[in-house]
Amino acid sequence: MISRLFSSAAAAAALTLAAGVATAQDDDSIIVQSTTSTANSGLYDHLLPIFEGATGIEVHVVAVGTGQAIRNARNCDGDVLLVHARPAERRFVADGMGVERFDLMYNDFVIVGPEADPAGIGGMEDAQEALAAIAGAEAVFASRGDDSGTHKTEMALWADTGIDPAAHSGAWYRETGSGMGATLNAGVGMGAYVMTDRATWTSFANKGDFGILVEGDADLHNQYGVILVNPEACPSVNAEDGRAFIDWLLSPAGQAAIAAHEVDSRQLFFPNAR
Amino acid sequence: MQDFADAFARAVTLVISGDADLIEIVALSLRVSLTATLLACALGLPIGALLAIARFPGRGAVTVVINALMGLPPVVVGLVVYLHLSRAGPLGFLGLLYTPAAMIIAQTVLITPIVAALSRQVLEDLHAEYAEQFRSLCLSRRAAVGALLWDGRYSLLTVALAGFGRAVAEVGAVMVVGGNIDHLTRVMTTAIALETSRGELALALALGIVLMVIALGVNALVHGVHQSAARRAHA
Repeated sequence: MISRLFSSAAAAAALTLAAGVATAQDDDSIIVQSTTSTANSGLYDHLLPIFEGATGIEVHVVAVGTGQAIRNARNCDGDVLLVHARPAERRFVADGMGVERFDLMYNDFVIVGPEADPAGIGGMEDAQEALAAIAGAEAVFASRGDDSGTHKTEMALWADTGIDPAAHSGAWYRETGSGMGATLNAGVGMGAYVMTDRATWTSFANKGDFGILVEGDADLHNQYGVILVNPEACPSVNAEDGRAFIDWLLSPAGQAAIAAHEVDSRQLFFPNAR
Repeated sequence: MQDFADAFARAVTLVISGDADLIEIVALSLRVSLTATLLACALGLPIGALLAIARFPGRGAVTVVINALMGLPPVVVGLVVYLHLSRAGPLGFLGLLYTPAAMIIAQTVLITPIVAALSRQVLEDLHAEYAEQFRSLCLSRRAAVGALLWDGRYSLLTVALAGFGRAVAEVGAVMVVGGNIDHLTRVMTTAIALETSRGELALALALGIVLMVIALGVNALVHGVHQSAARRAHA
């Protein structure tokens, strides 16, 4: 009786697992390893129905930080890489892991902070100057600290100032080690300055009394790129459908769809494929 | 406090409206965690029974290790399963990463030690009570295990519920191996994490309330089965 109960339970479980395997080998689909900013701001919710309607190709988005997205793609766990850290993307292609990198779209980073603005950076147009002021005032600053594209840009800006924020980690400099949204939640919670991409900020719903304090510096440019994972390095890559997705994104139709994505009637990403 | 009132209102609206996305997410959560619980019982109960009854060198050490594994961090389980299922890993050829099957595997790994450790304790206590009787009846070890599992079935059901509770509540493992892909691997906990990161705290909390109600429903169902079975047994 008991053993029969067990074997039927095990059989049922095995059957469900097998069903899972069957869906895994569904061929008309690709996996996109992506940044969190594109997913959190609803860009894919806007783009994918249009693309899927036109081609019937299903797109599965795994939204993680740029660093992790590239690492996953290096393990061949994705067909397309859509991230924002140009040097790391170039290395990915140079290492033979990606076929070719294309500029896709851009927006910009901004520094947000509490209304009280303890470091007095409101209205500054120079990002490095603002960071130096935050460090000078030892005002609390929440960093991603997760090797994401945003974190890499932030570290490059700190390098320009000659200040090593890591030396103050745990004091006024707080590394959350998590995604953009989680870091914004933490920043709003502790009244800390945060550098964020504009798309995530605009669509973020827990702003508290925070607002954009620094914007418009050319160094805050945020370029997104798209790369097909190299099928020669990763035989599992669905190159045909991956290429179709990239071609569509770079086409006038795809670029127009990117431009049409708005939150609160504000455009979040600016297409600039060549 | 405003958030809580808002969250309750949204939870109620979500459930009443029968939102298709929500139903899909709830169904996947249940499918993944219930399957993982079944698998964990199929693996964990025999291990627990063996440890409760058999006497072999190193049994104490194995028991301690399995007890310790109850504290496995979900993220670590997710990472270990990811490294195996990744295309670059030893089982990559199966193409299971970012599928519900991968999530089932991760949760099974996570809760099998819980089922094994708790059932060992239950069965060992029961065995201490029955050992003499078994000896006088000259029962084979196999028959003894069968009798113990049957007599301990209600306690073991609670053990399974403990495993299910852990599985359905964890987010770390399914996030890593499932990828939180919309309409494919998004479950309640990863949806909650996503809404939190979007700053939609009330919606995240509303989903949390729905998850609790589902867990309550599963437990009530099991309790009901238990009660009616017990009534039949005494009738």
